[in-house]
Amino acid sequence: LLLFLPERSNLAGVRHILLVLSGKGGVGKSTISTELALALRHSGKKVGILDVDLCGPSIPRMFRVQDSAVHQCDSGWVPVFVDQDKSISLMSIGFLLEKPDDAVVWRGPKKNALIKQFVADVAWGDLDFLIVDTPPGTSDEHISTVEALRPYKPLGAILVTTPQAVAVGDVRRELTFCKKTGLRVLGIVENMSGFVCPHCSECTNIFSKGGGEELAKYAGVPFLGCVPLDPQLSQSLEEGRDFIQEFPKSSAFPALAQIAQQILDGTSQWSS
Amino acid sequence: YVEENLGVMSVGFLLSSPDDAVIWRGPKKNGLIKQFLRDVDWGEIDYLIVDTPPGTSDEHLSIVQYLSAAHIDGAVIITTPQEVSLQDVRKEINFCHKVKLPIIGIVENMSGFICPKCKNESQIFPPTTGGAEKMCQNLNVSLLGKVPLDPQIGKSCDRGQSFLSEAPESPATSSYRNIIQRIQEYCDQRHFQEEKII
Repeated sequence: LLLFLPERSNLAGVRHILLVLSGKGGVGKSTISTELALALRHSGKKVGILDVDLCGPSIPRMFRVQDSAVHQCDSGWVPVFVDQDKSISLMSIGFLLEKPDDAVVWRGPKKNALIKQFVADVAWGDLDFLIVDTPPGTSDEHISTVEALRPYKPLGAILVTTPQAVAVGDVRRELTFCKKTGLRVLGIVENMSGFVCPHCSECTNIFSKGGGEELAKYAGVPFLGCVPLDPQLSQSLEEGRDFIQEFPKSSAFPALAQIAQQILDGTSQWSS
Repeated sequence: YVEENLGVMSVGFLLSSPDDAVIWRGPKKNGLIKQFLRDVDWGEIDYLIVDTPPGTSDEHLSIVQYLSAAHIDGAVIITTPQEVSLQDVRKEINFCHKVKLPIIGIVENMSGFICPKCKNESQIFPPTTGGAEKMCQNLNVSLLGKVPLDPQIGKSCDRGQSFLSEAPESPATSSYRNIIQRIQEYCDQRHFQEEKII
């Protein structure tokens, strides 16, 4: 008889777990996961990111540690620290590939097995927040991740969408997924919401506007804010830089900082 | 049927509510894909376009496997200009090589934005590592074209309208048309070659 004791596990030192989900691909989940981690770190928190996108792992590159390797210790895998500070640590299949262009062409069962390992066998140590970045959709990875995390009582999920109807349509389904799996929705982020031309300051709603906010209202979940398109943010992510530290005057900064603040403000309410 | 000569099949049509989520593991998804291929009465068509989700998993393996008896002309792979996207597309290219799926070419989407007011161009998704152009050179695949950002594209999709009809003057429209032409040329050439063999 195997006794499972969450308090003796590798997640025992993790105070809050939150998932970043979207029905749709390409809306900016990994971007939001990365910026949220940086903003929480900026507020003095210790953060981990678990990247369970096995086909398209973006997280290592967004912190400029794509060439790092993962080591083993007594309790399992040691996560990769992004700098000497050790305030942000990561785990991703990206670190386990022999070559960065290697495709992970796995069917569900193999993906599920690795996700179970990722959840149980990473020696995170003490963290204030563990952010779980997911691939788009509502399939194997999502079902397995939520099941594996259930004993550790995650805070909930942040849903990312872009403003247009086709994206919002998929996020409605993601809301259903959360309801069916008993995952609390912490709020919706409307990403890529508007672009302010750096030359003339004209704002163009390239991907429409308002869909995320409307959905939050309709579904009765918190709206965490609109994040505009910001070439400096894209550039930052390309170069694995700390956007929150280095570009506080950039157009996406206020919205990202606000999202982090709402998460911080909410944790006391949600954990009770 | 959207028009007499444009038919569509999607799981979207089978859901009873816009909130219904398809929360299925691989095997169940594979089952529906098989049905979609076997049980849809397409009739005589010139082109069947298969739109796939992102990744290299069940759906992709299954569609290639199930269609292996019919011949697939090839795959068109879409990327945006940044390395974060190209990184995943290289994997997709490797996937195609692994399953012996010919690559028709790459499309670089969201490639630049021209402000409607001042007409200056901004690279919202900067090609910090050379964009699709450099990647295609390195990997010896064709770059079919680049499509700029245009707010009308999203609007048209949301309204179920044809962007090409709604915005015939848009630079994105000419990009799309050039890409489509190149795809047609590729397919015509393949058929010509096959007929030669026969």
